[in-house]
Amino acid sequence: MKKNKLKSEISIDRKRYLKKIKVNKVLVLVTQIGILVAFIGIWELLANQGIIDSFITSQPSRIVKTFLNLSSNDLLEHLKITLIETLTGFTLGTIFGVIIAIILWWSPFISKVSEPFLVVLNSLPKVALGPIIIIWVGAGMPAIIVMALAISLIVTILDILNGLINTDKEKIKMARTFNANKMQVLTKVVLPANITTLFNTLKVNIGLSLVGVISGEFLVSKGGLGYLIVYGGQVFKLDLVMTSVIILGIVAALMYEVIELMRRKIVK
Amino acid sequence: MENDKKENAEEEIVLKVNNISKTYQAKNGEIEALTNINFDIKQGEFISIIGPSGCGKSTLLSIISGLESKTKGEIKIDGKVGYMLQKDNLLEWRTIYKNVLLGLEIQKTNTDENKKYVIELLKKYGLYEFKDKYPMQLSGGMRQRVALIRTLAIRPKILLLDEAFSALDYQTRLMVTEDIYKILKEENITALMVTHDISEAISMSDRVIVLSQRPATVKNIYNIEFDMPNRTPLNCRESPKFSRYFNSMWKELEEDEEK
Repeated sequence: MKKNKLKSEISIDRKRYLKKIKVNKVLVLVTQIGILVAFIGIWELLANQGIIDSFITSQPSRIVKTFLNLSSNDLLEHLKITLIETLTGFTLGTIFGVIIAIILWWSPFISKVSEPFLVVLNSLPKVALGPIIIIWVGAGMPAIIVMALAISLIVTILDILNGLINTDKEKIKMARTFNANKMQVLTKVVLPANITTLFNTLKVNIGLSLVGVISGEFLVSKGGLGYLIVYGGQVFKLDLVMTSVIILGIVAALMYEVIELMRRKIVK
Repeated sequence: MENDKKENAEEEIVLKVNNISKTYQAKNGEIEALTNINFDIKQGEFISIIGPSGCGKSTLLSIISGLESKTKGEIKIDGKVGYMLQKDNLLEWRTIYKNVLLGLEIQKTNTDENKKYVIELLKKYGLYEFKDKYPMQLSGGMRQRVALIRTLAIRPKILLLDEAFSALDYQTRLMVTEDIYKILKEENITALMVTHDISEAISMSDRVIVLSQRPATVKNIYNIEFDMPNRTPLNCRESPKFSRYFNSMWKELEEDEEK
């Protein structure tokens, strides 16, 4: 009742303000779509006119054709492989990362001891470990998952640990005034306070897992979108390469959105 | 008969601080924070501790609550200790009701009886209708009241207040002290407050303990008496005695700073 009354009393200035925000939003979206359409249009046009060589650059219409012809290149099969590898690597990376971060939070001693090792591992380009991983784990899916894990794990540990350590000290003290033990401090204050940190880490992680999986597939070369890209490049099937890259982009964006949706559901 | 009982209860000593000393170990040596602190608090009393900044007032509260260890001496408490910190520290992911239950949850005493008591407190102090709201939706004064109920929920025998109002702006602060004072008197809660605000100490307390510079000792204990029938933190500020208390405490603290 009261709300309705308030609504009808919106001033002209307020209306103008709200409209300005809306117009601005639409404008941004239209420009974004415009850029995309223009880019694709010019690409198609230039290739059609023979100004650029579609053998090297491919062409939107040919990409669409490849995409529609999913079965001829086993695209779906390769997509499935990449998805399984990414999700496995991502899940393992997140679970182990969180567990290890909690252990390091729990024991300042272990944390101090492991600090220099973590720093070195963090700055080491994990792709360099590829050949070693393949020799140890075998050239197959497990090697690729280990690769994804190697890339995402250290970052997860460091990000989550940083969040845990920076939990408001006053809130922890408050819990301790009720005689909370360390486990209670962890479960009642520290972990719930870091839900946002967790989701931010998940978002970074999904990207990192994809990096790990694709570079793993480059090396192992048996299946997956990474394999398709390498294979397509070697036999000069640029349509296949471009299509794979675009699918990869869509997959990455979708995974990110799923995490964002989960975050919105859980964090109020 | 009733009166007799009350008088007896008032004589009951809730907290006995006996020769407490505290020495900190730091990399560059030992720091003596407290030396031979002695005082008692009786049931229903409101005591304040004031002293120069950094003299170890808060350390004393931490020791009494058991959060910090003592180097020497003895603390005798008859029952549970409630502790209120400067910030309300409400957990923003919990509703008000869930926040208030936190202490009971931690102490594994969230029985139906205690929950009923909490609901009663919420109702009595005008927070029941906000029980499903989140802390973000409440004003600073209300949040501090929620924090108090969270502490009272565990039925403490004595309440420790560590600069509990200094995070609030001045006007809210006056209102909240008034509010909290009334709740404490109504529930007959014994309280020990640390503050750097002399007027806040005088306005709320039955006695004010003045500590010296570090290493802190008890310098003086003032008995605060206003000859008023319904004394509250706000109206006693108008009494002529108020400024007299204020001036002598001010001088005492100033003397110490100059040394």
